[in-house]
Amino acid sequence: MRSSAPEKAPAALVGAAVGALLFLHLPLLVVIGYAFTTDSATLSFPPPGLTLHWFAVAWGRNDLWQAFGLSLRIAAVSTLMALILGTLAALAVVRGRFFGRETITLLVILPIALPGIVTGIALRSALSMFGLGFSFWTIVIGHATFCIVTVYNNVAARLRRTGRSQIEASMDLGANVFQTFRYVVMPAIATALLAGGMLAFSLSFDEVIVTTFTAGQQSTLPIWILDQLTRPRDRPVTNVTALLVIAVTTIPILLAHRLTRDGESDR
Amino acid sequence: MAQSSDHRSPGTSQNTSLSTRLSATLYRRPLLALALLLGPPLLWLGLVYLGSLLALLVQGFFYIDDYTGQVVRKLSLRSYAQLLQPANLDIFLRTSAMALAVTLAAAMLAFPLAYYMARYAPGRVRGLLYLGVILPLWSSYIVRVYSWKLILAKEGIISWVVSHVGAGGLLERILALPLIGGPSLSFSALGMFLVFLYIWLPYMVLPIQAALERVPRSLLEASADLGARPSRTFRSVVLPLAFPGVVAGSIFTFSLTLGDFIIPGTIGNSSLFIGQAVLRQQGTAGNVPLAAAMTVVPMLIMAVYLWGARRLGAFDAL
Repeated sequence: MRSSAPEKAPAALVGAAVGALLFLHLPLLVVIGYAFTTDSATLSFPPPGLTLHWFAVAWGRNDLWQAFGLSLRIAAVSTLMALILGTLAALAVVRGRFFGRETITLLVILPIALPGIVTGIALRSALSMFGLGFSFWTIVIGHATFCIVTVYNNVAARLRRTGRSQIEASMDLGANVFQTFRYVVMPAIATALLAGGMLAFSLSFDEVIVTTFTAGQQSTLPIWILDQLTRPRDRPVTNVTALLVIAVTTIPILLAHRLTRDGESDR
Repeated sequence: MAQSSDHRSPGTSQNTSLSTRLSATLYRRPLLALALLLGPPLLWLGLVYLGSLLALLVQGFFYIDDYTGQVVRKLSLRSYAQLLQPANLDIFLRTSAMALAVTLAAAMLAFPLAYYMARYAPGRVRGLLYLGVILPLWSSYIVRVYSWKLILAKEGIISWVVSHVGAGGLLERILALPLIGGPSLSFSALGMFLVFLYIWLPYMVLPIQAALERVPRSLLEASADLGARPSRTFRSVVLPLAFPGVVAGSIFTFSLTLGDFIIPGTIGNSSLFIGQAVLRQQGTAGNVPLAAAMTVVPMLIMAVYLWGARRLGAFDAL
């Protein structure tokens, strides 16, 4: 529905669109602002004064560093697993022709389309059925499962665009399957892998619903924030932590967008 | 795969000849190659994910022994029967009503933005708008919920703005209403509704925008040529073609609202939603079978919802 000559939009439409966009973005600005408030007891607005004091306090908090470290490690390992599994699935579905291809796509999307609580409690009941205790790996299993889709979508979209001819040329020139993968396929999908990996990292880093069911007593950074939401103890430190989570999840998404913006969808 | 030997031409060393032979085998047997590619992801999703879903379904047919409090691993419909208790039905009804309200509001709020993006926004602006929608979709779920705790607080921004424009009485009267009101915005159904709307809105914008992008320009011109005013073209051409997008978006907003327990737990009042009830049953109450049976409810509601959407002809247009 795109026109060649730019058309003027009705003012009411522009107003409504801008309104929806502001609604989507102003709240995060509020979080950023609250990280600098001098008010430590209430959530009063406007803030009585501005300070960097709480950044120093947060810096000295051991529990925060532990939660941050755990979240980083989980996101890194989950992303790695999602990269491997998502790429394999994308290669199979795009290159191969076989019965049930659509089912694979559905299976990959399902963990993110169903409410997180379904995935969470399903993993939880499987763990309890087999008598497995909570660990680093139980969290990773959950995260890797719903992260596969970001890698899969990016790589599959890229493979569909690149087509088969380069691969056939490589094989005709005598390269074997592995050499073709290393020197032809990999360079073609490299940025898609990077983009999918970064989305997976962001998704994992602030995931809280599935994690609630697979973490046991372990505290990731989002779980730490959730804990503060239900039982507020360190309001100013929570504000600073929220700012940290915004930074860690937003930057990879912006980079991923840059890598794929030449007309390719991210989902 | 050997790294350094790849630079030599094939067949010059033992190492490459092995990979060449392996490669030839894979080439001659595409089924084997496919199995090797598909095996790991299928095993993972099939075993870990579908296996867990199956375990969940099976657990729903177990039940808790009333005297010992232990899970009895015998098939029975006892846990499912418990779902029909009035208190539980109340929860399902309340959650579905919220999901419906959020879905309708999201569609109304998302449509103008999607329409502007698809039809009017020039290339660069469109890219920025797209980024503006996917950014909140992928990032900081928990922080975005937290931001509303700050905004809705009694001493927070909304109260400040409301009192400065002299509408404090109006806000109090709204909060005094039954069902949607509460002691303050951050402990009311109205506040919860706003947060749900905010969190799931991007899921509604993208499918509508995608549907609108596919509306051919020629159809709009034909409609105008046949004498339709812009408003008539919008009603009779654009809206019907965008409807599948709305339905696709509503599947997300509806399903995600049904299963969420963080937002009702932090913003709402004490009345339970499905997600919270599930969490409580499997956590403090230790009744995993009932929790499992309860999880089936949002899935069933979604199945009915999808069936209804299909009956409306929403999928035929896709």
